[in-house]
Amino acid sequence: MQKYSGFGLLKHSLTHHENWQRVWRNPKPKKKYDVIIVGGGGHGLATAYYLAKVHNITNVAVVEKGYLGGGNTARNTTIVRSNYLWDEAALLYEHAMKLWEGMSQDLNYNVMFSQRGVLNLGHTLQDMRDIQRRVNANRLNGIDSEALDTQGVQEIVPILNCSSSARYPILGASWQPRAGVARHDAVAWGYARAADAMGVDLIQQCEVNDIVTEDGAAIGVNTKQHGAIYGDRIGCVVAGNSGVLAKMAGFHLPIESHPLQALVSEPIRPILDTVVMSNQVHGYISQSDKGDLVIGAGIDGYNGYGQRGSYSTIEHTLQAIVEMFPMFSRVRMNRQWGGIVDTCPDACPIISDTPVENLFFNCGWGTGGFKATPGSGHVFAATLAKGEANELAKPFSMFRFHNGALIDEHGAAGVAH
Amino acid sequence: MFYIYCPYCGEHREEEEFHPKGQAHLSRPTDPDACSDEEWGDYLYFRDNPRGLHHEIWVHAIGCRKFFNATRDTQSYEILETYRMGDAPRVTHFTDTQKS
Amino acid sequence: MTQPNRLDNGGRIDRSKHLTFEFNGRRYKGFSGDTLASALLANGVDVIGRSFKYSRPRGIVAAGAEEPNAVFQLGATEATQVPNVRATQQELFNGLVSQPTSGWPNLQFDFLGVFGSILGRMLPPGFYYKTFMFPQAAWETYEKYIRKAAGLGRSPRDPDVDTYDHLNQHTDVLIVGAGPAGLSAALSAARSGARVILADEQAEMGGALLDSRETLNGKPASNWVRDALKELSGYDNVLLLPRATVNGYHDHNFLTIHERRTDHLGDRAPANQSRQRLHRVRAKWVILATGAHERPLVYGNNDLPGCMLASAVSTYINRYAVAPGRRLVLMTTNDNAYRAAFDWQDAGREVVAIVDTRAYADGAWQDEANRRGIKLLKGHAVIDAQGKMRVTGAVVAGLNTDGTQLTGKGEVLNCDTLASSGGWSPAVHLSCHTGSRPVWDDDVIGFVPGKTVQKQLTAGAVTGCFSLADCLADGARIGAEAATNAGFNAEPAAAPSVRCRPETRPMALFCVPHYKPNSRAPKQFVDFQTDVTAAGIELATREGFESIEHVKRYTAMGFGTDQGKLGNINGMAVAAKSLNQSIPETGTTIFRPNYTPVTFGAIAGRHCNDLFEPKRYSAMHEWHVEHGALFEEVGQWKRPWYFPKPNESMQQALDRECLATRNSVGILDASTLGKIDIQGKDAREFIGRIYTNAWAKLAVGKCRYGLMCKEDGMVFDDGVTSCLAEDHFLMTTTTGGAAGVLEWLEFYHQTEWPELEVYMNTVTDHWATMTIAGPNARKLLSELTDDIDLDRDNFKFMDWRQGTVAGVPARVFRISFTGELSYEINVQANYGLHVWEKLFEHGAKYDLTPYGTETMHILRAEKGFIIAGQDTDGSVHPYDLGMSWAVKEDKPFSFIGKRGMKREDCVRDNRKQLVGLKTKDPSIVLPEGAQAVDNPNHPKPVPMLGHVTSSYYSANLGRSIAMGVIKNGHKRMGETVHYPLVDGRVVEAEICSTIFLDPKGERQNV
Repeated sequence: MQKYSGFGLLKHSLTHHENWQRVWRNPKPKKKYDVIIVGGGGHGLATAYYLAKVHNITNVAVVEKGYLGGGNTARNTTIVRSNYLWDEAALLYEHAMKLWEGMSQDLNYNVMFSQRGVLNLGHTLQDMRDIQRRVNANRLNGIDSEALDTQGVQEIVPILNCSSSARYPILGASWQPRAGVARHDAVAWGYARAADAMGVDLIQQCEVNDIVTEDGAAIGVNTKQHGAIYGDRIGCVVAGNSGVLAKMAGFHLPIESHPLQALVSEPIRPILDTVVMSNQVHGYISQSDKGDLVIGAGIDGYNGYGQRGSYSTIEHTLQAIVEMFPMFSRVRMNRQWGGIVDTCPDACPIISDTPVENLFFNCGWGTGGFKATPGSGHVFAATLAKGEANELAKPFSMFRFHNGALIDEHGAAGVAH
Repeated sequence: MFYIYCPYCGEHREEEEFHPKGQAHLSRPTDPDACSDEEWGDYLYFRDNPRGLHHEIWVHAIGCRKFFNATRDTQSYEILETYRMGDAPRVTHFTDTQKS
Repeated sequence: MTQPNRLDNGGRIDRSKHLTFEFNGRRYKGFSGDTLASALLANGVDVIGRSFKYSRPRGIVAAGAEEPNAVFQLGATEATQVPNVRATQQELFNGLVSQPTSGWPNLQFDFLGVFGSILGRMLPPGFYYKTFMFPQAAWETYEKYIRKAAGLGRSPRDPDVDTYDHLNQHTDVLIVGAGPAGLSAALSAARSGARVILADEQAEMGGALLDSRETLNGKPASNWVRDALKELSGYDNVLLLPRATVNGYHDHNFLTIHERRTDHLGDRAPANQSRQRLHRVRAKWVILATGAHERPLVYGNNDLPGCMLASAVSTYINRYAVAPGRRLVLMTTNDNAYRAAFDWQDAGREVVAIVDTRAYADGAWQDEANRRGIKLLKGHAVIDAQGKMRVTGAVVAGLNTDGTQLTGKGEVLNCDTLASSGGWSPAVHLSCHTGSRPVWDDDVIGFVPGKTVQKQLTAGAVTGCFSLADCLADGARIGAEAATNAGFNAEPAAAPSVRCRPETRPMALFCVPHYKPNSRAPKQFVDFQTDVTAAGIELATREGFESIEHVKRYTAMGFGTDQGKLGNINGMAVAAKSLNQSIPETGTTIFRPNYTPVTFGAIAGRHCNDLFEPKRYSAMHEWHVEHGALFEEVGQWKRPWYFPKPNESMQQALDRECLATRNSVGILDASTLGKIDIQGKDAREFIGRIYTNAWAKLAVGKCRYGLMCKEDGMVFDDGVTSCLAEDHFLMTTTTGGAAGVLEWLEFYHQTEWPELEVYMNTVTDHWATMTIAGPNARKLLSELTDDIDLDRDNFKFMDWRQGTVAGVPARVFRISFTGELSYEINVQANYGLHVWEKLFEHGAKYDLTPYGTETMHILRAEKGFIIAGQDTDGSVHPYDLGMSWAVKEDKPFSFIGKRGMKREDCVRDNRKQLVGLKTKDPSIVLPEGAQAVDNPNHPKPVPMLGHVTSSYYSANLGRSIAMGVIKNGHKRMGETVHYPLVDGRVVEAEICSTIFLDPKGERQNV
């Protein structure tokens, strides 16, 4: 792998950048792999990378129906945090957080992980109880987390409307300083480049249209473009398509796919340094290095695969933003878009074996997918390498929806579901 | 944003008057106590979630408060029919022209 | 001050209305009818900004929504600042103040420009992914400097002084764009009687007809426009919306129109007018007559001020009487653009040459050029613009027939304006918004709208039909079709006659080759605003970013505020060529809302400040305000939280309220609790199915507490339900849960048990509810009623009676959330304040004390009563709460939640269970949310036992009390757990019963 550095840039500039290598190959699929990963988004690529790096399994294919990182990786609001309520979730997301810290160096690709902190605002007394509960749990789990009062919030974000005459006055917030944002596309590309360099085959424009099984066990996938590709183990990481893939394999998932919308303003001069999220008024916001205000909306309530949602959701979100930041009223919205989020009833993911042997699913991340990318890939790689879930992944079995051991993050998962 | 025909009101109304309530035609097991955990979990949580035709429940929440069913394409978002609770859907597969 | 580029005649400006405006600290003059861009050009202002990455000087390129460079900060005051206003779309008004959004120390000498030209070579696309990585901690330092360069304009620092509103519209036909096709369509549709909305983004309707010197029916096109608009405005069924951009096309033919009502009048809206309006339109049929954008050609240094679109040159001359230079070189791939040269010449300026890339161009347009004596270089192209701050020359060279190679040596033509046209790209933006993909058309040399499920038609240039005659006829036909589809009897309007000059087919050329490879040639800009060059796109493909989506994301092409209206197709063409494939093989271009940026405030509408969400008040709210109450947000309700007296701390107030209630009598406004009236012969059966406890035997006149669970067995609401008659019940719910509970009840009734005859409705707002609690409650009530027998044996705990209180019909419920003797008085809401005041009139002698939610919480916690949503969180079933008494397992019907709470995980050991907690030090009040551990010294992560759900200082008990969940807590009574707090303290507490006061419940039974 060609090493990236400032010196390299200088060197290449002397030859007019004509000699940069490809970031990844464009291989023809082999007939058989040790592991096939369906889905070339951030999670799938991270899984491939850690399979190769941690488990020395390099005979791996990632099959992607479109282009790498083209699903929710390309469509999220790039927030990274680990201040989840329940132990199981908190430990998983904190595992991810630790991998974020150092990812650029690990991948030799600047993913611009910027730990500018996340505020989760509280507007009611019950919000504040929930914040205290979560902050206390976070701290005992070793996650940096603080509870702030109104004044503490105002000091961090002076432009926030902390007036007591607001419709829902801000009573305080939880604050995670290590949380932040990252450059979403770079995460997919960085993992892809590093995985490719270790021999993983990244196969784009390759759509899986069936899971090939033999005696109740998965032995490969059938693809539209390249026919059957065989693998000892198959991992599906296809946010927005999990239900469709599960159906191919003959089972249901406790998942509904919903539109989740986001929008950006036109780029403006830096004015907001942290991520601000509010559950009560339903909106979250940060400002990118380009200057766009990046704003996330709540999930639309109906099932939808259209990568778009309802306009009323956008209206509600901007009402919330203008309520929190009255000065942004004259700023203008540039673009809106939608992703498809697979939501589980308890707002926690599924990292699990399935009713089909050798077939594993990593899905149901809801709104939490991007921030979990490295952790998700890391534990799913371990799961695929060993054929069973590792300690961090175990609580996220899909069979928890049968025995009732749900991990109910609803109350704590940022914007309400 | 959807424009939904309420089969009870007999009118198209804006989506904001309605709430989606998930997959339709699920029925509560008649003898829950006889269900295994797996069967009960399936009833509670496991859904079809198709990309394509979806029979789903909506409620005219800010209106007549009636629950009713809709057949909707989850890809194109086209609503192909709405029908009253207890009725069977008339659209159960795409015709060629509807395929999106 | 003169306007050097203003023509003496022509244009659609009003020369009698002089306007003064400011740009970059200097004052200029313009006319009414100018845009900010036309006025700047008239004044000869060349450099209007600096580019984002390389800080290169930039000028105005276009005349409409596609302008990438002229993006300004507007606003004379802090509160009226608007970032990133496109000068080509901003009408000039007197006193307009604008600033460039880039350039330091100034536009003419830009420090970063010097830096950019030296270091620019080190900044290829994606350079930031490849560097700034070492050391790890340094990224945030690098980022600080990168962020300094971020953004164009700036946000205001003061809150907006203007208002915005929404208007819902229903229409038969919505026509987007009032150019030739749109106007024709409107005439056809309007004459049929169909309701028509015609929206256009410009101040004046007419589109391209206003920019040209075409004749219709032998008269200037503007006459036809005037007549058409006159006819349309005479119809009641037509709404004309100028200055109104259709920005989003959403599902089921829902479109949003952003109307700028006052931005042309001044800095802020006139009094009592909303600044902008969002029309939320539901259209039976939509006609997209959105026209097309001219594509510039890509060549070396094509971003120099003076490089413009050919059509923009015509527009500025014909519409604004501005010739933005003296000496023009026009490069074109098509006949259409010849107009620019002719207009230029007719304006009395010199056309240096028309450089036509087609060797085969030989028709009416070329004849006309020859007739006019214009130098015509066929089979040539401009490969490089020369100049520093403005074009001074164009390097022209021969071009081979397929446009891939230069032939012969270049020659320099002296000029100050370099117009180019690479053909027209249909404005397919809106057609993509609901998921339809545009399709490439080789004849059009562009993408045209694809198949859609929306009730949408397209007319005119957006379909790739670029001749005026065709656009007019197409519009008329499509207008009639849309109206017919919407149920009207419509005929196509007769199209006016147009003088047609046959055109020679255009050439598909996007990026002009250079002698050097693109990587070494002068910068050839594809996307001006994001500084993306042809070489940058080639680098992306060389590195393996082969999907057009990858190319766009890697280079940032199309991510500017113009969303790539000029550059996207050219960029795709460069990528396609580099990948050795066709444009459609490379991908498609899709657009998302908005077509052009929309003010946040306009999208928010009136739903700001007090109207952000409705506030709900009880009937006694004003009294609470007058008596100094502080309020708590519960759902949408404002509930009194506590009633501090002057100079009283919160704790002092709570202590006073608690003691007064336990010692004499207190009063709570309980009106906000949800109330659902349930009737029907099967009402009792229904209630039995949805509550966990027994209801079969509840007699008329009796009340009972009930728990509600979801099918998973977890508690989600609770309350008291009273039997009003055999077939009539009144259910109460939590304040926040009321709407959800009603919908949930309806869900079960309508979807699962339609055979049950039961009807329900909310009556929350119909009743005012006041709870008097304390040993003197009966005495007080007895003074206000003479028809309710309050005798303790005749009106028992958990009974209710109908009667009169303070002269008003009332239902009185003897229920208690405090554990005291307590009556809940319900009267018609309108009488609420009257009864409340009467109670105080008579209650003075008992020191009747109003208390709020906080005292209510303390009093109920002393008794161990739960609050659903505070002591429960969706993971707690009744057994976890120690409330097995509220679960009737042997009801004949398997009630909601019963099966759920029997699942494996719900019956295991070690579940978190609700217990009471007493701190070892009675003066310490545990913080709610504190987490219990067995061993506070355990290394992190520390295993946790559960959290404190409720915690207070109890004045009645003279100590702190708390409730919380503890793993296996019911079996750990008397044991000690530790609460490590955020401040470092570790508080010890003993697990105890949740009932701290009066365990036998004697006080409420007196």
